[in-house]
Amino acid sequence: MDITRKASAGTVQSSDLMVFVEPASTLEVDIESTVKQQFEGLIRERVMANLARLGVSHGRLRISDRGALDYAIDARIETALRRAAVKMETSEVVP
Amino acid sequence: MVKNSLGRDIPETWCGRALEPYEDPFSRLPDLDRAPRRLKRHNPGDKKLLGSLREAIEAVGLKDGMTIATHHHLRNGDALLNQVVSEIDAMGIRDIGIASSSIHPVHAALIPFIKKGTITRFECGVNGLIAELVSKGQLKCPITVRSHGGRARSLVDGEVRVDVAFIAAPCCDPLGNMNGTEGPSACGSLGYAFTDAEYAHAVVAVTDNLVPYPAMPTSIPQHLVDFVVQVETLGDPSKIVSTTTRITRDPAGLQIARYAADVIDAAGLIKDGFSFQTGAGGTSLAVADNIKQKMAEKGVKGSFGCGGITGYFVEMLEQGFFRSLLDVQCFDLAAVASIGRNTAHQEISANLYANPFNRGAVVNQLDCVILGATEVDVDFNVNVNTESTGYLLHNTGGHCDTAAGAKLSVIVAPALRGRLPIVRERVTTVTTPGDTIDVIVTERGIAVNPRRPGLAEQLRAARLPVVDIHALHAEVCGITGTPRDVEFEDEIVALIEYRDGTIIDTVRRVAR
Repeated sequence: MDITRKASAGTVQSSDLMVFVEPASTLEVDIESTVKQQFEGLIRERVMANLARLGVSHGRLRISDRGALDYAIDARIETALRRAAVKMETSEVVP
Repeated sequence: MVKNSLGRDIPETWCGRALEPYEDPFSRLPDLDRAPRRLKRHNPGDKKLLGSLREAIEAVGLKDGMTIATHHHLRNGDALLNQVVSEIDAMGIRDIGIASSSIHPVHAALIPFIKKGTITRFECGVNGLIAELVSKGQLKCPITVRSHGGRARSLVDGEVRVDVAFIAAPCCDPLGNMNGTEGPSACGSLGYAFTDAEYAHAVVAVTDNLVPYPAMPTSIPQHLVDFVVQVETLGDPSKIVSTTTRITRDPAGLQIARYAADVIDAAGLIKDGFSFQTGAGGTSLAVADNIKQKMAEKGVKGSFGCGGITGYFVEMLEQGFFRSLLDVQCFDLAAVASIGRNTAHQEISANLYANPFNRGAVVNQLDCVILGATEVDVDFNVNVNTESTGYLLHNTGGHCDTAAGAKLSVIVAPALRGRLPIVRERVTTVTTPGDTIDVIVTERGIAVNPRRPGLAEQLRAARLPVVDIHALHAEVCGITGTPRDVEFEDEIVALIEYRDGTIIDTVRRVAR
């Protein structure tokens, strides 16, 4: 799936996250989180698993997280990417 | 370094003080007399009223190395401590210790005076920025965190010598009779200051409401007060309320509150003479609301409500659910108004409230206390001092005092906050030992301390969802993932003193 335009998903409420995506020639992922110290590694793993699942190989993602659980991360990333892309190649759930 | 009974590393000495590691909640005995206070003579015509804080500081002979105290009844609205320290600094006095009953975010104004050496230590817990900077190693200023009962004990047994107590007196006469119920800075109970008035070596009453002799009613009497000073303002009572004091609307919080009330009911405590304490948080108030309904259904009249008192407890008093309120601190302006109006709303000193070393503290009469937690662990230890970042951010308050005193101590906390698990393998810092916690109520089940098998049976019989604490911990970590542990340096920045003066834990500098 290709990111063809800027898009975002999510809210700034606690236990949620905002995902901002835009086209880029390489893959860049920036993570800001209120629980960065404790969970940055797990959040990044989850983001990368979603990008792999959705076949995204380049683009810029900015995550602004307020302590969201994994299911919220999955949902917000997929929504942002669907909004940014013309078509979706897969919709499997992250195992 | 030695390990205390909870496995926490405690140094033999810290900042020149020999430390005794925590052993257990109830067996340490005092073997000494009450701290002495020098006698003084006051003759007819002797005046106490001085023109300024500076004159008072000169009159009491404050010197380098001494310790001062204030009370925190105006909480984040307090203006006195900052004024006093600024005056001390201007007079060139250095190396002063602060042994106030608590420090609030408003006192971040003290930071420049810590940096220049005017203030060099805190003999009390600190809320907010100062403690955070100390945790980060950006501010050098050792902190000894004490509970309300522990602070009172430390003054009474002489562990802490307060050289000068500056007591914010919302209503005061020229001889030093004072109360907290009248005047523009009325804060209600002066409970914490009672102990200072009796044990500090010099007492300065500071007021923005000087009234003709005698101030009525009198909470703290003139024979304990050395000098009286007028200032423009003691602070802003509208900032007494620093957290929400409304019943929560969060569904998880409401579920926790229903469970907690059911636990108290199943334990058989809701009967005539019931005594009860909660904090001012939204979930605690929701528990109180559920308890009130159960009391109404059963036609039960309680004996006393205790602690930091809120308007919610005032309502229960006025509607006849409790015979009395024993109040060490008013948590909102409704409580401030009530203490002047209701004779059964009684102010009590911190010593009477919670000191383990006297002839009977009120906390020992409590049937039930509802307490919050930043973290709990599988051994039922509770942390309210440090956050998940490792920073020291909160004072102990009456947490460990009431947990030790009450027949039933109940922790109400969500199993997770955002992504942070609240149920941990091991709390970052022990504030209150698991030996004094009976039940942890979460929205995902109720864990009962294995010390209380009979209670677990009672709860199961009432069809409450009793869970094993280890199973609860595993469930929560399954949802959140396992957080990376905060890394600490070896350097100790604060002691967490248990109420009996032993050291229950230390706070270390957070690694960069």
